[in-house]
Amino acid sequence: MQLQVVNSPFDQEQIKLLNHLLTNLSKEQCTWLSGYLAAVPHSNEAAASIALANPPDPKQNAATVQEITVLYGSQTGNGQELAEDFSSKLKEQGLNVTLTSMNEFKPNALRKLKNLLIIMSTHGEGDPPDNALSFYEFLHGKRAPKLEQLNYSVLALGDSSYEFFCQTGKEFDQRLAELGATRICPRVDCDLDYDEPASEWYEQVERSFQKLSNVNELVSFPSATETEKITTLYSRKNPFKAEVLENFNLNGRGSNKETRHLELLIEGSNFQYEPGDSIGVYPQNDPELVDALITEMKWTSDELLTIKKEEHTLEKALLHYYEITVLTKPLLQQVNEKFGNEKLRDLLRPENDEDLKEYIQNHDLLDLVKDFSLTGISSQELISLLRKMPARLYSIASSHKANPDEVHLTIGTVRYHAGGRQRNGVCSAQCAERVDVGDTLNIYVHRNPNFRLPADSNIPIIMIGPGTGVAPYRSFLEEREEIGAEGKTWLFFGDQHCVTDFIYQVEWQRWLKEGVLTRMDVAFSRDTDHKVYVQHRMKENSKELFDWLEEGAIVYVCGDEKNMAKDVHETLVDIIQQEGNLSSEGANSYLTKMQQEKRYQRDVY
Amino acid sequence: MKNNKVLETQSENHSDVERIKRESNYLRGTLKEMLEEPISAGIPDDDNRLMKFHGSYLQDDRDLRNERQRQKLEPAYQFMIRVRAPGGVATPEQYLTMDELAHKYGNGTLRLTTRQSFQLYGIIKWNMKSIMKEINDTLLTTLGACGDVNRNVMCNPNPYQSEIHSEVYEWTAKLSEHLSPKTKAYHEIWLDGKKAIDSKEQEDMEPIYGTVYLPRKFKIGVAVPPSNDVDVYSQDIGFIAIIEDGKLAGFNVAAGGGMGMTHGDTATYPQLARVIGFCKPNQLLDVAEKLVMIQRDFGNRSIRKYARFKYTIDVRGLDWLIDELQSRLDWKLEEARPFHFDHTGDRYGWVKGSNGKWHLTIFIQNGRIKDTDDYKLMTGLREIAKMHTGDFRLTANQNLIIGNVAPENKEVINELIQKYNIADGKNNSALRRNSMACVAFPTCGLAMAESERYFPSLLEKLEILLEEAGLSEEEITIRMSGCPNGCSRPALAEIGFIGKAPGKYNLYIGGSFKGERLSKLYKESIGEQGIIEALKPIFDDYATTKQDNERFGDFVIRKGYVEEVLNGMNFHN
Ligand code: SRM
Ligand SMILES: Cc1cc2nc3c(=O)[nH]c(=O)nc-3n(C[C@H](O)[C@H](O)[C@H](O)COP(=O)(O)OP(=O)(O)OC[C@H]3O[C@@H](n4cnc5c(N)ncnc54)[C@H](O)[C@@H]3O)c2cc1C
Ligand SMILES: Cc1cc2nc3c(=O)[nH]c(=O)nc-3n(C[C@H](O)[C@H](O)[C@H](O)COP(=O)(O)O)c2cc1C
Ligand code: SF4
Repeated sequence: MQLQVVNSPFDQEQIKLLNHLLTNLSKEQCTWLSGYLAAVPHSNEAAASIALANPPDPKQNAATVQEITVLYGSQTGNGQELAEDFSSKLKEQGLNVTLTSMNEFKPNALRKLKNLLIIMSTHGEGDPPDNALSFYEFLHGKRAPKLEQLNYSVLALGDSSYEFFCQTGKEFDQRLAELGATRICPRVDCDLDYDEPASEWYEQVERSFQKLSNVNELVSFPSATETEKITTLYSRKNPFKAEVLENFNLNGRGSNKETRHLELLIEGSNFQYEPGDSIGVYPQNDPELVDALITEMKWTSDELLTIKKEEHTLEKALLHYYEITVLTKPLLQQVNEKFGNEKLRDLLRPENDEDLKEYIQNHDLLDLVKDFSLTGISSQELISLLRKMPARLYSIASSHKANPDEVHLTIGTVRYHAGGRQRNGVCSAQCAERVDVGDTLNIYVHRNPNFRLPADSNIPIIMIGPGTGVAPYRSFLEEREEIGAEGKTWLFFGDQHCVTDFIYQVEWQRWLKEGVLTRMDVAFSRDTDHKVYVQHRMKENSKELFDWLEEGAIVYVCGDEKNMAKDVHETLVDIIQQEGNLSSEGANSYLTKMQQEKRYQRDVY
Repeated sequence: MKNNKVLETQSENHSDVERIKRESNYLRGTLKEMLEEPISAGIPDDDNRLMKFHGSYLQDDRDLRNERQRQKLEPAYQFMIRVRAPGGVATPEQYLTMDELAHKYGNGTLRLTTRQSFQLYGIIKWNMKSIMKEINDTLLTTLGACGDVNRNVMCNPNPYQSEIHSEVYEWTAKLSEHLSPKTKAYHEIWLDGKKAIDSKEQEDMEPIYGTVYLPRKFKIGVAVPPSNDVDVYSQDIGFIAIIEDGKLAGFNVAAGGGMGMTHGDTATYPQLARVIGFCKPNQLLDVAEKLVMIQRDFGNRSIRKYARFKYTIDVRGLDWLIDELQSRLDWKLEEARPFHFDHTGDRYGWVKGSNGKWHLTIFIQNGRIKDTDDYKLMTGLREIAKMHTGDFRLTANQNLIIGNVAPENKEVINELIQKYNIADGKNNSALRRNSMACVAFPTCGLAMAESERYFPSLLEKLEILLEEAGLSEEEITIRMSGCPNGCSRPALAEIGFIGKAPGKYNLYIGGSFKGERLSKLYKESIGEQGIIEALKPIFDDYATTKQDNERFGDFVIRKGYVEEVLNGMNFHN
């Protein structure tokens, strides 16, 4: 892999130098260099002071290196999956690995650690994932211990279309260094297409530990994962082609919204999943948009491109493999570098940061090539700068136990007007407009261990999920109905209009009648002259809601991240404060404790 | 009133509706709670039964029923509200309120009904309280517009003889008031009135109806000859104003009419009310009240389709009724007095009343007031209402009279009529001017075939037939109902259609132009082509062999196309 601005902490100049150097090094030289760099706290010092025949002493002796802690902070499970994968690989190397989620990790144990790997995603607007919140606060607070004994490296997950790309990872990385810990490998910031950079990071890490422990020949143990029963062949990298059995709009006529209900045939996939998991769907770009782009660039749709050693027509590549609807700052920077012109350079000047942000948010690749007259660039050139098409996640809306051969999804169609044009969400609009019954979709199961029904089905649950946020609760209730769960259940749902937007209405009604659902409160914001949302319904029932919490209820929140999750969170704090007669700190720690006990689980997007 | 003997209502096997009424505590049920219940936009069946007494029905958009079922949504529930105005008289302010509410809460249309009421459609549950309050604020009511009570009392809105009309209208209003349900539930539920203290107080409050109200709906209409626009023979009680020497002498009393029947059940039939005597104006309320009570005590409470007053009477005979009435009144009706009907339809255009004011009758196709791209009827009427100082009168033929226009305002109204191209009937064929269709799809839950939405296009085809036969100017009453309930009173029309299945109708002919005779089945279950094939030869025959001034209905009987039906018990023979 080539180092890039996007996948590394270096600027353009450094990258040039590094790439030049690294491609000329032998394997041994690389290993030596990584070990050397790892042992030196500041890289420019290190670079400046390499003494040719003088390898540095690692701080640690070989024995301690074998104990490695892998800590992950993950919301939607990507980080967790990587952490699990890397841990088992390290174990295969004979290392003693402890894998922990940040919310299960006792911060006090930190000062005893010798080797720490952190895999960390960013959510919200540059915020830590829920399960990393307490650890994040501890580490950044006054009580954080000195960590001079510690070797560490951070793998950051993020999405470069967000303003604060990999923010949390960066902060951890910097903070650990501040606390005196030693960065054994540089942090790698991964974009949505994280597989490759993540494995490169892992390889570096593995080499560093190898170096530290002076183990030249790593012992191969039989792999733990191989001995496990293989459940499915299909994965994110090898998606399953699922046939579409049903695809219809859940919103009644006259609605401002469109929400598709999809039923997919997964017979033969051997997928295993539980309520709370999601399905990843690889979408296809809008053929009209691809067409417009090809026309604009004066390319031809059947020209052949080589991607990963395979030949594809340009049209197919743009339809399936590349992201053409999202702009990122790195993309603009690279385009500028290679094909830049006055206008684009202007936009990228630091003083025009706001304009840049605005531009990125409201435009796509077609706009970019039009607005900055980028015609004339060859398809291969431009495409090499594009990000791979990421899969979209959708909460599973059905229970595997109840429908073993099907998986149901609830997909809100994204349509909006921006930058002077009507724009559609790639995946959601594809499902709404271009996916017919009988077609197939490329899907995989995305596990989300942080959004789970309790093992003890007698524990009461409170489910908060307006809009498409209600999808996983359909799987919750279907599952509970199937297993005959007895505990109490309470659902908060909301949308614009009762008559048109009460998705899955007759099912909730039936579950209420049959007692699978104990209570349901709904908030339809546009049916009356004052706006009501789920948090208002929660507030109206604060006494009872608090009673449920005291009885040990688990609270689930799913759906819109920007407004809903925040408002619901604040309302929960309010309710706990008011009904529990607590101070605001008291209420906050009540909720934090719930979070640690996995009694406050969120799946927001 | 004296002689208020309340008989035990028959207790064996009462229908479920009887239980609902009995347990409802004077029409309360759980309406109040269910209107607030947020998980459904509908209300449970039991409460919907009670809702009718409050003047509203839960409906659903039948066009969307299958689609929504597939979408996992409950039916598109919405409420229809019937606003009654005795004799169909409303002020311009009231009209404007109806118009406003139709837009604010409803589907943007108004329906003038065959019983001179307004109907508003498409109101969602959460707005029911607000709209009911706003209706009452404008001094109209919905109480008893539907349900097992006396319905809107109809009255001839004929403006020619204004003094007599207003006197008859006064009696109509009194009758309506007298027979209104007295429960406070209406106030409590809709108008935030406080709860009645105990049920004893309640009991005294329904002196006429008692706790279980009537076994079935009950209808009263008052005709002023020579117009039989209210179809006086279709009413449970019909009163016929007797005018002697230019004064209101009293009313002939007719009883036991009704239109409804059930396909395939010949024990149900449309029936003509039969004249049983005459009463003075000040005896009117007493007579009506006693007849209502007779129905209350003897009507069938087990099987609702046999519960109308007509069956109560036909089972026992007219003499029984006369005796029973006499014993309750303690006096005897006088012998019926002579009168003469001419027609059932409306007379369109401007007419000057005897009070010097002007009246304009306009043609509203099937009573539906709405704006379409090329006909801004609703806007036009709103503009008229804004400057109108007289009143509005809803006719029994689903039309509208702009009544009591001061001579100086006539021109302005005329200008608005022209500006919006509002039909005063002159540009419509004689057939269309005498046509009526019930609502049916998509709102009516009982519809078996289209009616309001289909009828205009069928008329176009029939107009062509008539024109070809040279009969364009021939006035023929023609009515369509989407099911055998007969809301447009098709069994009294010269040509009637009653829906059987989508696109299929029974064709009845032989009613009289004056509404004095029932029609008879001529062809069963035919589609549009069948209708045309059935009627064309009769039209052609009529054109060539009709006698002077012979009406179409009379003609088909003379020529033996169908037999004459003067008693509903022969309707199916
Ligand atoms: C609006 C109106 C028709 C119109 O086009 O104007 C109407 C509409 C309905 N009628 Fe009617 N009836 C209307 C005049 C009539 C008439 C004509 C009359 O009264 O002069 C009749 C025939 C006379 C009679 O009562 O016999 C009539 C006989 C019925 C019946 C049959 C009753 C019977 O004895 O069998 C039903 C069904 C029932 O009551 O079970 C019914 C029921 C209905 C309902 C409420 C359907 C239901 O029960 O669910 C219809 C609502 C449809 C909708 O979406 O609006 N409607 N209905 C009329 C409102 C009158 C009013 O303002 O009160
Ligand atoms: C764990 C998880 C579970 C999820 N579950 C569900 C689910 O059950 N149902 C569901 O519908 N979605 C769910 N999502 C969201 C889903 O994955 C997709 O993000 C969503 O469907 C949009 O994808 P798309 O390809 O249609 O749109 P994209 O092409 O990805 O476009 C979406 C982007 O458009 C932009 N945008 C959107 N609206 C506007 C606007 N008004 N103005 C300006 N820009 C705008 C934003 O940048 C937004 O990120 C989930 C997400 C996660 C992470
Ligand atoms: C609601 C939401 C907000 C996000 N915000 C950011 C952000 O501010 N910065 C960033 O770099 N990535 C952001 N991301 C992208 C995630 O970090 C990225 O998808 C990552 O792969 C998730 O890893 P995880 O599954 O381990 O949580 C966000 C993702 C979601 C769903
Ligand atoms: S006649 Fe039948 S279809 Fe027509 S409105 Fe009455 S009940 Fe409905």
